[in-house]
Amino acid sequence: MSNNRYELNVNLAQMLKGGVIMDVTTPEQAKIAEQAGACAVMALERIPADIRAAGGVSRMSDPKMIKGIQQAVSIPVMAKCRIGHIAEAQILQAIEIDYIDESEVLSPADDVYHIDKSKFDVPFVCGARDLGEALRRIAEGASMIRTKGEPGTGDVVQAVRHMRKIYSQIRHIQALRGDELFEEAKNLQVPINLIQYVFENGRLPVVNFAAGGVATPADAALMMTLGAEGVFVGSGIFKSGNPEKRAAAIVKAVTNYKDSDMLATLSQDLGEAMVGINEGEIKIIMEERGK
Amino acid sequence: MKIGVLALQGAFKEHEKMLTALGVKWCEIRQAEDLSKNLNGIIIPGGESTVISKLLIELNMMDKLQHILHTGVPVFGTCAGLILLSKQICDDTTTTIGAMDIEVKRNAYGRQLGSFAANGEFLGIGTIPMVFIRAPYIKSVGKNVQVLCTLQDKIVAARQENYLVTAFHPELTADLSVHKYFIQMVIDNIGNN
Repeated sequence: MSNNRYELNVNLAQMLKGGVIMDVTTPEQAKIAEQAGACAVMALERIPADIRAAGGVSRMSDPKMIKGIQQAVSIPVMAKCRIGHIAEAQILQAIEIDYIDESEVLSPADDVYHIDKSKFDVPFVCGARDLGEALRRIAEGASMIRTKGEPGTGDVVQAVRHMRKIYSQIRHIQALRGDELFEEAKNLQVPINLIQYVFENGRLPVVNFAAGGVATPADAALMMTLGAEGVFVGSGIFKSGNPEKRAAAIVKAVTNYKDSDMLATLSQDLGEAMVGINEGEIKIIMEERGK
Repeated sequence: MKIGVLALQGAFKEHEKMLTALGVKWCEIRQAEDLSKNLNGIIIPGGESTVISKLLIELNMMDKLQHILHTGVPVFGTCAGLILLSKQICDDTTTTIGAMDIEVKRNAYGRQLGSFAANGEFLGIGTIPMVFIRAPYIKSVGKNVQVLCTLQDKIVAARQENYLVTAFHPELTADLSVHKYFIQMVIDNIGNN
């Protein structure tokens, strides 16, 4: 049995399926998230809603802060680096992070190239708006994909759009003749072997989560219904009135997304949801970062 | 024969694929009422043990599951499933099902950089591929527990009566032998009743 790091990294994402990954900014929040049933936490200095509010350049978090969170919880800890920022990724690998999110939430460090993630031992998750972006990130070495959505808005519309787009493109590929796959690889600007995988299996070769704008148990259940294998919740939890209760409700909604009676109960008395920004009011479009 | 796969969180689909490959019927257990479905065996998959434990309690499934296991229904736990079946976890307060006389160490090989694959000798099967993802190992076993596999001096698979546990993930490989071993336990149990 060979020790193929990439396979092992794909496998870790498989263990996260059916779970909720929550953004946290302090060890205390990380503990709340773990107790509420998060399957992993994303350690960052500012959640996307605050990054939006603060403006300016947004960078990798202080490694000391990330280490504090690693010590506080037993579940996997993820952290974000800027798109194309090889050195930030190396720093995160040096502190043995469980997953790096090469994320459009931070300011991109490179407006052309993503990180060659195949050169790293730690796993990477990347955002995608469509199948082309997803497969390009996988070709670069990402072992997990999430929709980009529009982080920090509390508006689920973009995540829905991206998830639907990815699956409709997958269905389109499955409907092609075998000899038409080469043209499709050219159109999507991705390697032919990944197109062939999608053609044969009807799915991405790695786990696919929803992210960006999920704020309620119903939002999470919607994304699961549309084919997400789990959910990232960023600003939605700790920007709400009752983070503990909302976090626990979202966890249960992901497990039982098909049970509408349970969803009705889970959606009760959660207090104030995060305020949210409508599509037309967004000043910074994060989903445009990294194609 | 029907196997229930605990589908609260984690890699339950991978187990379902193994059962399908063996021609065994299965169903998913997501709520307490799913445990009433006359199951001949139960699989507890890999995932995060803290999450699965919490959901077992809050979805009112823990007592019912414990009751079914006490009646002798075979159960197979991998990774998080092993942790949940143990009576004791080192330095950890996660509530477990508490079925097996084993003490378990969580994240025993460290973070994701410590995850690895290896070949190991499984008692009664032979050499098989084993995938360890942020895996636990068994620190000590009670006298009724049979050790099935030791790797690098750590116990990574064991059996006690109707309970089978592995710290590794046979469901992430193409090797069906551990699942076959479990199905044989299920067949034997049906025969005994």
